[in-house]
Amino acid sequence: MRPATAGAPLLELEGITKRFPGVVANDRVDFDVRPGEVHTLLGENGAGKSTLMKILYGLYQADEGEIRLRGEPVTIESPSDAIEQGIGMIHQHFMLVPTLTVAENVALGLPSGRRLMQDLSPVQQRIRELSEIYGLAVDPDAYIWQLAVGERQRVEIMKAIYRDVSLLILDEPTSVLTPAEVEDLFVTLRQMTDGGRGLVFISHKLHEVMSLSDRITVLRGGRVTGRTVPSETSREQLAHMMVGREVRLAPNRSESDVADARLAISALEVLGDRGTPAVTGFDLEVRSGEVVGIAGVSGNGQRELAEALAGLRPVASGTVVMNGVDTTTKTPKEIRRLGVSYIPEERMRDGAIGEFSVAENLILTSHDLPPTSRRGFLNFKEIETGCSDLVRRFTVKTPSLETPTSNLSGGNIQKLIIARELSGEPEVLIASQPTRGVDIGAAEYIHTVLMDQRAGGIAILLISEDLDEVIGLSDRIAVMFEGRIMGTLGQEEATVQRLGLLMAGVSEGEE
Amino acid sequence: MSDFLTVSVLLATLASGIRLATPFLLAALGETIGQRSGVLNLGVEGVMLLGAYGAYYATLRTDSILLGILVSLIVGGVMGIVYGVVTLALKAEQGISGIGIFIFGLGLSDLLFQKQVGTPTPIDGLGDVAVPLLGDLPWVGEVIFHQNVLVYVAFLLVPVLWFVINRTPFGLNVRAVGETPEAADSLGVSVDRTRYITIFVGNAMAGLAGGALALELGIFQQNLTNGHGFIAIALVYFGAWRPSGVMAGAMVFGLVSATVLQWKTLGIVVGTTASIVGMFPAVLTILVLVLVSRRTGQPSALTRPFERGH
Ligand SMILES: Nc1ncnc2c1ncn2[C@@H]1O[C@H](COP(=O)(O)OP(=O)(O)OP(=O)(O)O)[C@@H](O)[C@H]1O
Ligand SMILES: [Mg+2]
Repeated sequence: MRPATAGAPLLELEGITKRFPGVVANDRVDFDVRPGEVHTLLGENGAGKSTLMKILYGLYQADEGEIRLRGEPVTIESPSDAIEQGIGMIHQHFMLVPTLTVAENVALGLPSGRRLMQDLSPVQQRIRELSEIYGLAVDPDAYIWQLAVGERQRVEIMKAIYRDVSLLILDEPTSVLTPAEVEDLFVTLRQMTDGGRGLVFISHKLHEVMSLSDRITVLRGGRVTGRTVPSETSREQLAHMMVGREVRLAPNRSESDVADARLAISALEVLGDRGTPAVTGFDLEVRSGEVVGIAGVSGNGQRELAEALAGLRPVASGTVVMNGVDTTTKTPKEIRRLGVSYIPEERMRDGAIGEFSVAENLILTSHDLPPTSRRGFLNFKEIETGCSDLVRRFTVKTPSLETPTSNLSGGNIQKLIIARELSGEPEVLIASQPTRGVDIGAAEYIHTVLMDQRAGGIAILLISEDLDEVIGLSDRIAVMFEGRIMGTLGQEEATVQRLGLLMAGVSEGEE
Repeated sequence: MSDFLTVSVLLATLASGIRLATPFLLAALGETIGQRSGVLNLGVEGVMLLGAYGAYYATLRTDSILLGILVSLIVGGVMGIVYGVVTLALKAEQGISGIGIFIFGLGLSDLLFQKQVGTPTPIDGLGDVAVPLLGDLPWVGEVIFHQNVLVYVAFLLVPVLWFVINRTPFGLNVRAVGETPEAADSLGVSVDRTRYITIFVGNAMAGLAGGALALELGIFQQNLTNGHGFIAIALVYFGAWRPSGVMAGAMVFGLVSATVLQWKTLGIVVGTTASIVGMFPAVLTILVLVLVSRRTGQPSALTRPFERGH
């Protein structure tokens, strides 16, 4: 670990307070960044990290407090003000225009100098130069919709570097990246700090925090509850500081009785969005009491596989049998009725309705069944008690059950969907990236629930890019590459290295 | 039937098709720029009616067609500002406010007509202008280059609009704002400012489209536009939000209308048959829309109001 860089702060936030209806998102927060350092903001879902950064970037206005840049008090009323002050932000969700090219996304909002004609060639040229310097492989002519998530994240970084920001905020930039991509990203980020830039880093992955940070500030309930440096702490301590109690970082696996097959996929072929095969020749069986992990770099057919199983995407050929019933051509509702639960990867899009209240989203899949409703009427008493119980067990942080879901923090929306999907006592569970974006306290709880469900005899298909999670939870691990299974490893033989090779498309014999 | 196939009749039909396509084209191009920035304006028909009345009345009183054209542009622009305030500042639902604008335009244009003019009084409409040299070309000259000035303006606006959307910094903002306003905002592009401009320009063009119709016919009456504005909106979908596609749609429409007119004039269709054939253009719109209703090209943020931090 490098020692924290000394010197006058680039940024100082003093006494920042921000209130939303029913919550104090930031409560007199002090925070600073010095040139050349990475200052990490750590905290549970809903702790107020994104809010603090959005205030700094002009997306929200603080109710109280002062922002100083290079010692000077500033007011930042909009993102344009922030950009003018040399601040850049990588948001928790991508801020890219899919129908535009990389160069157009980078050029967007740049001063055009009143020129009539948009000349993109200097922009393209500069992007190529910066790609070289920072080792950021991006093709300026590619359209964003053609890019995988890892590449999109590089475009986000490129936007900031192109504007030569002196302070860059990174709100969970790694949550969608593979371990290799994270390493590359960190090299780029280090290069940026070496040039004297200051970075604010947000992540729920503690090993990343330990390896990248110069300083760490912990937020809990909107308040600063601790400050430390990596050399004086450990992952366990950080977890403790965030959650306020002991957290088990590795899931607790017990024996479970493996019985008959609950999910049988044979010769499955599924087409992707562009009509080309995304999943081909796919055979897999998951038995009750068993977790089968699907590892792989995202974009290798995992999403299409999960959607096909859930009935959301047509099966081109092959069969899917769940709970003894052929579900190949069944509708999502029919599949759910067979006791199949589905935690989608794109939870913001596929899993919840933003304008609906927390309670409404929680009953979304059970609203037409007893006890939630009887004879066509919703049973509000039942909903109230059932939902409060779920919110408490899964630690969904929300002011009330009536709060619109879009007002929840990113991680809390994830928890809400997971709570709903695990509450229906499923027999088959398809879980895509179940802990992506959730804090470690919640991840621990989700892992515990998954292990309990497994012990209770349900069949779980776990699709995850988090190798520690896949190895920790699965009985068998199938690695997906370009739509097919590259290899399957048992729990004992699976290591990050062996999985990593398979994920890169190198089959076991070739090593 | 043989009458219908003579070269001169054919050429006349083509020329009149281009002329009839013009109001559709102007209105649809205006709607295109608005929709590309994410704003749906269902009020085109109402704005066209006001533009038509404005052009008619100004020309009637002053005998200046130029002034008539100018008034239709201004009337459209003013309606644009109104629609901008309603949808951007007040964040009203776009579908509903557009219908409001339509009803307002329909009622007000008729009211003003009854109060200020009363009996339908014809005006001298737009005359054809032959383009030097090109106008002398055989066939092509007759069909394309003997038209009124607004026809030329409308068709010239197709490449102009393409250029603005695809080759200027402003156009880049428009495309970004219509697709992912949050991303544009996060880079300091003002979503509302961009949309005010496109709504203003788009409505001015709708006003002009109405003016083109009134000055072409040389008359105003209640509900003069008779669905032109709604068809223009359909043409934007037909053209997949591209000026060239919109032009193709407007041409199909113009040609079918011209053919129907020609058949009626030549007595090829009469009576009930004529009425049925008269419905062709409308039926065609529906058919074509069903057949080509690919959503590719539809701006993702269409009809979605933007509010920072949501
Ligand atoms: N626009 C809003 N309206 C109302 N409440 C909000 C809004 N944005 C955030 N909040 C609330 O403020 C609190 C802090 O949210 P914030 O997004 O800052 O959390 P976070 O630390 O970034 O969490 P995560 O790790 O889940 O992203 C949460 O309780 C959230 O519900
Ligand atoms: Mg956040």
